[in-house]
Amino acid sequence: MKATILSILGAVVAMTMAVSASAGTLDDVRKRGHLQCGVNTGLPGFAAPDDKGVWRGFDIDYCRAVAAAVFGDASKLKFTHLTGKTRFTALRSREIDLLSRNTTWTFSRDVDLQLTFVGVNYYDGQGFMIPKKLGVNSAKKLDGASICIQTGTTTELNLSDFFRTNGMKYQPVPIETNAEARTNYLAERCDVYTTDASGLAATRAALDKPGDHVVLPEIVSKEPLGPLVRHGDDQWADIARWTLNAMVAAEEMGITSKNAKAMAKGTKNPEINRLLGKEKLQGREALGLSADWALNVISQVGNYGEVFEANLGPKTALGLQRGNNAQWKNGGLLYAPPFR
Amino acid sequence: MTGPATLQPAYSWSRIWREEKSRGVVIQIMVVLIFFATIAWLIGNVTANFAALDKTFGFKFLWQLPANYDINQVLIDYNSQYSHLRAALVGLINTFLVAVVGIVLATILGFTVGTLRLSNNWLVARLAYVYIETIRNVPVLLHILLWHGIIINTLPHPRRALNVGDATFLSNRGLYVPCPLFEDGFGWVAIAFAAALIGAILYHRRAHRIQMETGHQVHSVLIGLAIVIGVTLLAFLAAGSPIGFELPALRGFNFQGGINLLPEFVALTWALSIYTSAFIAENVRGGILAVNKGQTEAAQSLGLRPGKVLSLVVLPQALRVIIPPLTSQYLNLTKNSSLAIAIGYMDLVATLGGITLMQTGREIESMMLVMLVYLLISLLISSFMNWYNNRVRLVER
Amino acid sequence: MTEAGTNSGAYAPGQHPDLPPPKGSAGAAGWMRGNLFSSPFNTAVTILAAILLYELITSIAGWFVLDAVIDAGSKADCRQAGSGACWAVIKIRINQFTFGFYPADERWRPILAFVLMFAALAPLLFDKTPFRRQMIWFAVAYPFIAGWLIYGGFGLVIVDTQSYGGFMLTLIIGITGIAASLPIGILLALGRQSRLFSIRIICVSLIEFLRGVPLITLLFVASTMLNYFMPPGTSFNLLVRVLIMVTIFASAYIAEVVRGGLQAIPRGQYEAADAMGFTYWKTTRLITLPQALKISIPGIVNTFIALYKDTTLVVIIGLLDPLGIGRAVLADAKWNGLSTETYLFVALFFFFSCFAMSRYSLYLEKRLHTGH
Repeated sequence: MKATILSILGAVVAMTMAVSASAGTLDDVRKRGHLQCGVNTGLPGFAAPDDKGVWRGFDIDYCRAVAAAVFGDASKLKFTHLTGKTRFTALRSREIDLLSRNTTWTFSRDVDLQLTFVGVNYYDGQGFMIPKKLGVNSAKKLDGASICIQTGTTTELNLSDFFRTNGMKYQPVPIETNAEARTNYLAERCDVYTTDASGLAATRAALDKPGDHVVLPEIVSKEPLGPLVRHGDDQWADIARWTLNAMVAAEEMGITSKNAKAMAKGTKNPEINRLLGKEKLQGREALGLSADWALNVISQVGNYGEVFEANLGPKTALGLQRGNNAQWKNGGLLYAPPFR
Repeated sequence: MTGPATLQPAYSWSRIWREEKSRGVVIQIMVVLIFFATIAWLIGNVTANFAALDKTFGFKFLWQLPANYDINQVLIDYNSQYSHLRAALVGLINTFLVAVVGIVLATILGFTVGTLRLSNNWLVARLAYVYIETIRNVPVLLHILLWHGIIINTLPHPRRALNVGDATFLSNRGLYVPCPLFEDGFGWVAIAFAAALIGAILYHRRAHRIQMETGHQVHSVLIGLAIVIGVTLLAFLAAGSPIGFELPALRGFNFQGGINLLPEFVALTWALSIYTSAFIAENVRGGILAVNKGQTEAAQSLGLRPGKVLSLVVLPQALRVIIPPLTSQYLNLTKNSSLAIAIGYMDLVATLGGITLMQTGREIESMMLVMLVYLLISLLISSFMNWYNNRVRLVER
Repeated sequence: MTEAGTNSGAYAPGQHPDLPPPKGSAGAAGWMRGNLFSSPFNTAVTILAAILLYELITSIAGWFVLDAVIDAGSKADCRQAGSGACWAVIKIRINQFTFGFYPADERWRPILAFVLMFAALAPLLFDKTPFRRQMIWFAVAYPFIAGWLIYGGFGLVIVDTQSYGGFMLTLIIGITGIAASLPIGILLALGRQSRLFSIRIICVSLIEFLRGVPLITLLFVASTMLNYFMPPGTSFNLLVRVLIMVTIFASAYIAEVVRGGLQAIPRGQYEAADAMGFTYWKTTRLITLPQALKISIPGIVNTFIALYKDTTLVVIIGLLDPLGIGRAVLADAKWNGLSTETYLFVALFFFFSCFAMSRYSLYLEKRLHTGH
């Protein structure tokens, strides 16, 4: 008996991570040797495992970018897979350093839940998908429908508001993950699936016959999705924020994963030089990052456009257009603050 | 920890340790100290962590309006404008619903299968055995997911629903049955029913007394049943059939009207029932086997028919053995109903411990309440069963 | 028994040769008559059950085997090739179902640990194992060896716990929980029976609390809220947390089983031990506990089976046990909608392992029974 207790203690000691004194998140991450990133349990295009079990997607690439910024190595990264319900608890209780799980920036999440959104990496809105054969062409005609919805999301609240203001009734079918939603939708357990339009596109693209399903024209909400961190650690929030900005700015300045190393040797554009570490970027040391942090991000992960094209763009199964997520110069909403 | 030793220097440590009574006191003090120190440490950590996050602790969020989310199965008045407390209550009632229906179903199924398991028909006994072993060796979560999958995947869409007499419809949106509407005068029917019921019980008691005194048997149960049904029916007709039915009808996407049993509810209740029934069946079998064979033989030699042997002689004695494990099966079923979140049935864990927890960010408070409620339910069920157990024991003498 | 009446003195009492059994009461026909067709009602029931069985077997066999598709690239291919189950989804992901995302080159390690487990268990489970005494030492060392093999270090590549998954994870959680909850459960049971009031109260409230709340709430606390209860800056491996919670949870149930065993021991045993001047621990170690454990072994095995099945709940907190892998697979566009196949496959795995354990429990029950 004693031996069993001892052996268990041994196993626990062997498998437990070191207990470290509380310091800034950056120090914790460095000490641990990897970034712990909270991501989706499976949403094609944003975070999903491929056949080899490697997780890929838009949200995953942002995690890789932060790992590259912190360690200079995008692979020093571990994932915690979170549902809509567990994500904030995990972040607030320090389970994860960073949440990159298509999360909508709202007032109450920012203020009441004490979370810091570091920016918007995808401008989205809530839509409805419905089988074509039901012959519905407007969300206003959904009275009485059964609607699949992910619990713990803003879509749940928007849906309630939308139907109340339009004086309609519905039957919510609450589900935890996108996979369950698709199962229920395909089985016709629900008539309609509602979530962010990007998620709908991802789900629709993954269906057997995407053409049999339509996304209704109404977008009933604004869903600015972005990565977020806890309140109270501004240094860490800055790292997360400027990693995202670096990716956006890199696209604007024409820096790609292929030419980044060449451009890092020096260009005529001083902002590029500051971003890639050729010229001094005031305050970078205070952030605790190395001079080539942005170079690592862009060369190892890519700029915003590259990441978008690889995971969500027209050439992928999702086939999303840039739309609102184009650079401001191209009529979109992406606008990175200057690196100065 | 050295308290007692320093207080009474006349005693040495070893002496305190050697004497049984004082040693007991020392050990108890130490254990209590360690226990409370641990709790204090945990609370201290929570306080420190909350301070670091600017979080507060409190239950005001329960009254906060509005909860802002809808629930698909509400047995009391609720919409998204009610408070989180109301939503939690809706969830709790849903939990109770599954637990009660599940317990009743599981008991019926379990007693049936348990008796079949001991059937002298070899094939039936084997089938019951296979049923028990297959069911109980598969995790309950898998049962739930499987049944849910089967219901939503194999039953038809509402537009092609299985139609029973234009009143009951079965589809992958669940079962729709007519909803009774009570009109004026139904109160009289209810009063007549109650009166007939009381009369029948009194009659049964009298018949029982007569049987005890004289040995004359009166079929009081059948006659009582006739009284209850007859009187209620008469009152029903006299009051002019004061009951109507709201029939479910396909309007738009779904059936409207009537009572809807959601597929999630059906899958969860059914999965929990059959899972638990396998365990109950084993308990029943064990209980029946525990009754001395001589009892059966004595009953048979008195000329009792097999059914009577079971109901009058074997089961009453077996119940004493069956009830304690039965209690824990009921408790298990109630606790297992928390797996509802896996298929999206809105029970207590899904409302208070799920959406409310997420939307308000009150993790510890919500989980504390959820755990507390389950603890209370457990204590309630086990104290009820203890009471019943004692009653059965008294009969034994 | 009717011998006395029929025999008219040709044989000495007890010397009459055995008569053949009455016609139709022996052999297959006799057995069937006794067990299947003993009365008209019984016959009807038998026929009904046989029809039911036939329907069940043919439809299940058709779906499971005859019409099933084993090789296909996607669900659509499957549906074209046959109308039955689409086992291709299992076949392609079988490695994930078994090992989760454990690196392919290192998979010999969990396999070796699994094989060694039987060597370690044999002396504990079967008393006729050769070299039992020496083997027990191996059983004691086994948890360390297994932990080292699976986790790594000391010359092996460290494999992070996040990549554990599938049946391997089920076994890790189940076996660790089983091994660790037994000693804790025994201690709790002793505490509950203790003569010391405060120890009894603490143990009773711990046991009742753990038995009163659903495991899923404990797991949820462990997975997302435990950090609130730890000093700021502590970080704990998720798997370790789950192991701890599962262990604590199971030990409350073990405690109740052991308590039943302790209560079944006649008072005279305690009194005799007291009369011999045994201390509490000596009485417990030598007199009461061995007897109590022997009585409660079947109950303990049943608790283990329950714990083993409960490991599936970890999917709800995001660990990739077979159900979690199944869900990830179902999220794959190619295999969406094959939930029945996936869940049934996992169910079969649990059925076989739990059935084996319950058979073992029966074997123990019988063996212990003959001892009396």
